[in-house]
Amino acid sequence: MTKSNFQLELRTSPHVKRGVSVERIMLHVVLALLPVAAFSVFQYGLSALALLLTTTATCLLAERGINRMAGRESTLGDWSAAITGLLLGLTLPPSFPLWMAAVAGLAAIGLGKALFGGIGFNVFNPALVGRAFVQAAFPVAITTWVPAFSAERFMGFIPTTFTAPLMTPPDITAWAKQAVDGFTGATPLARWKFETYFTPAQDFISGAATASAGESTAVLILLGGLYLAARRFLDWRIPVAVLGSAALVAWAFQLYDPARYPEPLFVILSGGLMLGAVFMATDMATSPVTPKGVWIYGALIGVVTVMIRYFGGLTEGVMYAILIGNACVPLIDQYTQPRVFGAQRGKA
Amino acid sequence: MNTVGGDERLRLKPHPSPLTRFARWFGRNGTFARGVHPESHKSTAATPIRRMPFAPRMTLPLAQHIGKPAVPTVAVGQEVVRGQPIARAEGFLSVPIHAPVDGVVEAIGLRPSARGPWTESIVIRTFEASTQEVGWAEPRDMDTLSPAEILQAIQDTGMVGLGGAAFPSHAKLSVPKDKPIHTLVVNGCECEPYLTCDHRMMLEYGDDLMQGIRHAMRAIGAKKAVIGIEDNKPDAVESLRARLPPGGDIEVVAVKTKYPQGAEKMLVKAALGLEVPAGGLPSAVGVVVNNVGTLAQLGSLLPRGIGMTERVVTVTGPGIKRPGDYWVPIGTPLKHVLDWAGAEDVTEREIILGGPMMGQAIASLDVSVTKGVSGILVFDRLNIEAEANRKTYPCIKCGECLKACPMGLNPSMLGMLAGRREYDAMGSQYHLGDCFECGCCTYVCPSHIPLVQQFRAAKSVLRDRAS
Repeated sequence: MTKSNFQLELRTSPHVKRGVSVERIMLHVVLALLPVAAFSVFQYGLSALALLLTTTATCLLAERGINRMAGRESTLGDWSAAITGLLLGLTLPPSFPLWMAAVAGLAAIGLGKALFGGIGFNVFNPALVGRAFVQAAFPVAITTWVPAFSAERFMGFIPTTFTAPLMTPPDITAWAKQAVDGFTGATPLARWKFETYFTPAQDFISGAATASAGESTAVLILLGGLYLAARRFLDWRIPVAVLGSAALVAWAFQLYDPARYPEPLFVILSGGLMLGAVFMATDMATSPVTPKGVWIYGALIGVVTVMIRYFGGLTEGVMYAILIGNACVPLIDQYTQPRVFGAQRGKA
Repeated sequence: MNTVGGDERLRLKPHPSPLTRFARWFGRNGTFARGVHPESHKSTAATPIRRMPFAPRMTLPLAQHIGKPAVPTVAVGQEVVRGQPIARAEGFLSVPIHAPVDGVVEAIGLRPSARGPWTESIVIRTFEASTQEVGWAEPRDMDTLSPAEILQAIQDTGMVGLGGAAFPSHAKLSVPKDKPIHTLVVNGCECEPYLTCDHRMMLEYGDDLMQGIRHAMRAIGAKKAVIGIEDNKPDAVESLRARLPPGGDIEVVAVKTKYPQGAEKMLVKAALGLEVPAGGLPSAVGVVVNNVGTLAQLGSLLPRGIGMTERVVTVTGPGIKRPGDYWVPIGTPLKHVLDWAGAEDVTEREIILGGPMMGQAIASLDVSVTKGVSGILVFDRLNIEAEANRKTYPCIKCGECLKACPMGLNPSMLGMLAGRREYDAMGSQYHLGDCFECGCCTYVCPSHIPLVQQFRAAKSVLRDRAS
């Protein structure tokens, strides 16, 4: 052996890597969500800001606390808890009381993620688990809507925001009516379902439609999605499959009865479908790994969303559709294994 | 250098138009599905091959090819001349070894090699007067030889696949009688980053390559030959096209630049559109694949009747001051090569034999260049630290490995099974046996999971269980 003072590094091939890491992917998802969050604050003012900060902070604290209890090193650096917090806030109504938002954040990280073993092991999208938890726990608060662009939104908070913990929030119907003239207190989906009123598409682009904090900004959501897809941090097939299948089913229904059913554009712009298709159905850990599987998964989410909206008791079905899709992922993966090179078609 | 003329320009552009790419994708022409695009780092491609002087001592492992080790035919103290056989082939799957220098056999015994710390080797002390002249030759008229005689002549040269596999060339060209070969595919892809030895061989030894292709075609009875070259080497494509003999039975095809384009099955798919069956060899679809460097050397060695004593090696990487392609005598100690090419004076480095995707890191500078070494790649501390600082995460199921695996496997699933030590399921249900360890999955994995490394371990466990 040579007598020298240098060290030879020994590793097995490959000796080079693409240089894309989990934390980089997650950080870019956070960056892509920031414009959506900023527009939400612009729409709803200080209350939306407080809501987003609360959910994000609770998710980060929950992640850190659980790691500490389990004796593991901190996983905050992978940014995934930040995504969960931000997404969760964006799916809640802007008037949602902060203490309930904190409960949602705890449920998201605790029940949705840590219980399964942390990043990569969760079966369901953590943000949606958190939202499903508070939807069951606080059915009134999560369907209390406030108008966007109220004149006073940067002067003060919506009365419900600072509801004392464990207290029922005050009724804000009167407050909402005086904040913006002609506010009905119903989402476009509810108005369609119960009044057959078709909200025009431009309301969804401008953010005027009544919705959760981050749902009525279709353009910004799409831009964020396009950015992530271009950088290969998101599988473009999933949003295309979700939105495409939803539009296709909606189109078929509209052909059947144009007076009763809305046009496909309304279906993909309204509610949380855009946000869900671009940022939540695409969560890597809870979507299929096989290239064929993602099409099936996306189409399933799109179809189930429309079915719940049209025939279910709820006005909105994106959350449950994605959770159902998540639950089917292992099955989809199992039946869509790729064809091995050189294997006979239909066999391997 | 890029003297690409007329309508060829479209075909050879490194970055074809979206329409061309769609057409290729649609017809799967000139490429294969999936794969990765590592940075090429082929800065040494522009410089001609230089010769490296003899080292004072040459160490030749007897097992530097796949198959049985060669058997020494010389004794300690015996004087040998350059080109003289010093070890004979042991059986069919084996090749002889020739003295790379004029010198005296100093020792026959255990020496460190890339295969392990103790490998049976012949050590030759070089005479200071040793010249490039080959003192051992039996010129022959290739045209009078029968296919069987050509194969014997190839074995006598000691030639092995120079792409890195080091599989004896005559064995590769000996195909079963029941599998007629219609096409010889000549592999000029060189898809590994950093390596440029094949590229330079194609530019500088084009005529030898054509000769070598002729001999190989006769040996296997192929009517056609197709030279597949990645389209990032338009000068090589052009230069070889200009040298094609009349008759049109040899053709040059520019294939897409993508790793692992140089893998046999991928190249056969890209160049001919044929899919080699899973678990099978290219001969199953009537094809034999050979590396350009191998055939170019054979083209020169066979008529002169001399053995293989040297090869072209790309010496490069951030830790090398004078990177380039060098004719390196077989048996030259790595230390000599690094001194000559100017290894940066650093205390920490990683030295890889071969390319960065499939090459092997070595533990000692005392190992020598063997027939299968296509490149010597030296990384410095920066690269080592970048690797060491990577944090491993659990699989986040992004699916990137499935989009990278050229064999259509599910590395994500295989990795999970490997973690649970379910090796049998990996082999029986998830086609571990079809993995040829190109490393694409590990290359793309954002969680930095050592996938291909786990697969190698699993394969060896399965091999052990089977035996």
